[in-house]
Amino acid sequence: MSTLFLPAADLSPPGTGQRDMRRLIARHRIWDRLFGLLGVLALLFALLVFALLFGQMLVNGLPQLSWDFLTSFPSRRAASAGILSAWVGTVLVMLVTALVAVPLGVGAGIYLEEYAPKNLLTDIIEINVTNLAGVPSIIYGLLALGLFVYQFGLGHSIAAAGLTLALLILPVVIVATREAIRTIPQQIREGAYACGASKWQVVAHHVVPYSLPGIMTGVIIGLARAIGETAPIITIGALTFIAFLPPSPFGQPGQLLSFEWLAAPFTVMPIQMFNWISRPEAAFQANAAAAGLVLVAMTLSMNAIAIWIRYYFRQKIKW
Amino acid sequence: MKLRRHIAERGIEGLLLLAALVSVFTTLAIVAILVWESVVFFRSVALLDFLTDTQWTPLFDDAHFGIVALLSGTLTTTTVALLVAIPLGTVLAIYLSEFAPFRVREVAKPFLEMLGGVPTIVYGYFALLFVTPLLQRIHPDLPGFNMLSAGLVMGVMIVPYVSSLSEDAMRAVPMNMREASYAMGATRLQTAVLVVTPAAFSGLASSYILGIARAVGETMVVAIAAGMQPSFTFNPAEPAATITAYIVQVALGDLPHGSIGYQTIFAAGLTLLLITLLFNIAGHVLRRRFREAY
Amino acid sequence: MVTTTVSTPSAKPSSELKAQVNSLSFYYGDFQALKGIDFPVEKNQVTALIGPSGCGKSTFLRCFNRMHDLYPNMRYEGEILLYPDGINIVSPEVDPIEVRMRIAMVFQKPNPFPKSIYENVAYGLRVRGERQRNVIDEKVEEALRSAALWDEAKDRLNELAFNLSGGQQQRLCIARALATDPEILLFDEPTSALDPIATARIEELVSELKEKVTILIVTHNMQQAARVSAYTAFMYVGQLIEFDDTKKIFTNPSSKLTEEYITGRFG
Repeated sequence: MSTLFLPAADLSPPGTGQRDMRRLIARHRIWDRLFGLLGVLALLFALLVFALLFGQMLVNGLPQLSWDFLTSFPSRRAASAGILSAWVGTVLVMLVTALVAVPLGVGAGIYLEEYAPKNLLTDIIEINVTNLAGVPSIIYGLLALGLFVYQFGLGHSIAAAGLTLALLILPVVIVATREAIRTIPQQIREGAYACGASKWQVVAHHVVPYSLPGIMTGVIIGLARAIGETAPIITIGALTFIAFLPPSPFGQPGQLLSFEWLAAPFTVMPIQMFNWISRPEAAFQANAAAAGLVLVAMTLSMNAIAIWIRYYFRQKIKW
Repeated sequence: MKLRRHIAERGIEGLLLLAALVSVFTTLAIVAILVWESVVFFRSVALLDFLTDTQWTPLFDDAHFGIVALLSGTLTTTTVALLVAIPLGTVLAIYLSEFAPFRVREVAKPFLEMLGGVPTIVYGYFALLFVTPLLQRIHPDLPGFNMLSAGLVMGVMIVPYVSSLSEDAMRAVPMNMREASYAMGATRLQTAVLVVTPAAFSGLASSYILGIARAVGETMVVAIAAGMQPSFTFNPAEPAATITAYIVQVALGDLPHGSIGYQTIFAAGLTLLLITLLFNIAGHVLRRRFREAY
Repeated sequence: MVTTTVSTPSAKPSSELKAQVNSLSFYYGDFQALKGIDFPVEKNQVTALIGPSGCGKSTFLRCFNRMHDLYPNMRYEGEILLYPDGINIVSPEVDPIEVRMRIAMVFQKPNPFPKSIYENVAYGLRVRGERQRNVIDEKVEEALRSAALWDEAKDRLNELAFNLSGGQQQRLCIARALATDPEILLFDEPTSALDPIATARIEELVSELKEKVTILIVTHNMQQAARVSAYTAFMYVGQLIEFDDTKKIFTNPSSKLTEEYITGRFG
């Protein structure tokens, strides 16, 4: 249909002539294309930043990354320094964080979705959760410094850090739990009630299991965020040079479990990295890059798992 | 039997309520601690000095407590960050919501999410050891610590946040409104600019405001790349400390519990909380409004 | 295969063709939603499309201004020739935007923009790059008058369109469509969301508007089709079953299926 002929003048549509209209549309289309291009460029820019960020760390840090790096303590000599105490500290702090944040966050989410009556208290809790999510992380550090470190006398310990980060990610877990629960259709609950289930049975047998993928996604994203948090940990005064491991949770012979590690001083990955960045020597900055690689690998793989869970179950479960 | 079950049910509900109340206690504790230490601080420092002095040197013999010197750093880095984050975030949101093919969107969104998930310390490292040297090549006089580099990187860091909130807002605009526009012969860009963006306006505004709150509260990038020396300046090419960077600087040292230096970080923290709270509340009010509109 | 009856309607004095649909098929992915439809659209007349829900009448209507192009995985076959120039508006080489500039649409639910009444009507002119204030003013007034909304709206032109009642909103959408002088105006069940009084006003309007513009209207309401249209097409599962003078369709349909539908035996 390339042989479009123009109509005779008296037949042409009212208003602008067809030729003018086509010129106008062509002009609009150019702007349309330009914006599309701009969008692609913006996306490519984000990609470029990511590539540079990662590339810079790879170039600087990769030569430093070795088995020894993972199994050595930090040291005054950059070449023999490692991140053993840092990643062990991160794992232990995350353990505390998860053990505190998951029950509290999921419990709060269940309460708000399934139990909460429409009243002032519920409104206050909801507004509060939204606002807490926007409180800068360093403020949590100040809270922890005043409350956990001095009032509760926990000192600069793994417990203090774990609790701090748990409070920090609580809003993330609560919101994720609520969103996951909200996707469950009401008929499912009605079906369970019709079989004679109590409220808690409906929650425990149906609501929680069906929303588990969403909850897990939220918990993992929250923990991934907690792993990278630096400011609140610095604020509670975590030492930066730790050349020993906390006592083992499996305790001495004869003891089943020991909780001494909770009170132990510690360092974590981002603190170790910060420590190395602040050194002027290039060799330490290479260590920082290597630590950064490990840290980014940790958070990104957690994020990737979360995204995968979400996509996988979104395809699998269709209400 | 029936009674026991009833008691158990009530007990569980109570426990869940308690879990929900933890968040309220957290807020109360934050406010209590910040206010408590600040009250002690303001016993030795006049509020007027705090607000009008332009020097912040709490640990010197000649101590000054002018929060303005920290606010100028916060304001400057935030402004630089927003100059990056708002245009880039908006373009990305419009592109992803109105232009991008389905496939591109499916890949781009998780990618941006990941970019937002990179720890801030890593962005700090990037600002100090990559962006600053890069800027120094263009401008050799630029000091090693400067607010420009910190602000730029912070801007890139909050792009995913702004773009995802903005895109949410644009997606919430009902399809029938777009159809009405297309049916009039509008192009994608005309529809996006003349119909979707105005309809999503309060959502977009809220995403910008929440982005501001993020930039104001961001700590590690500025602490690493902008230096930690408080100085009353709005020149992004200079080093300066933000409120957050100052708290980090003090925490890195070994200040005795109960000293005036220890109290300063709570007074600074209270200031920070008030600013971010203001922006957060404004952002959420706007957000709620656009959600109610549809 | 159901046999299609397309009788050439009895010639009227002013009879002139505005569009001709020739074996039009439409696919969503693998699903064929329209199956080889043929019929003429007469200039300055109202043509109604009726049929049970899901019969493809809205899908068919949306072919006329290429609304389907907004969504992926669809395909047109056949042609819709638009006169006087005779271009095939569903051809991939024809710009959908150009088609939409010539053929306007009013939707099922009133969908004004979250803008003022004035800006809603002016939208099409702005999209066409019109900047002169007096031209826009004039067109807005003319369109609002044609849509029988001027008297109610003239004192509140700067008010948000959402403040209008449902029926007024729908007339605003008609004014918005008229402001750019379209050649054909498509109505997709324009009264299904309105109360009987508002519906009556819209119907009255449709009858008046045919002096200016050719009208295609989809409706699930057979009385409405009988009241407003000169020609009626009855569709069923993606096919055109019968096309004829409205009077003939409602009094003496050729197809058994049409008869069963209009007498309310299904649908």
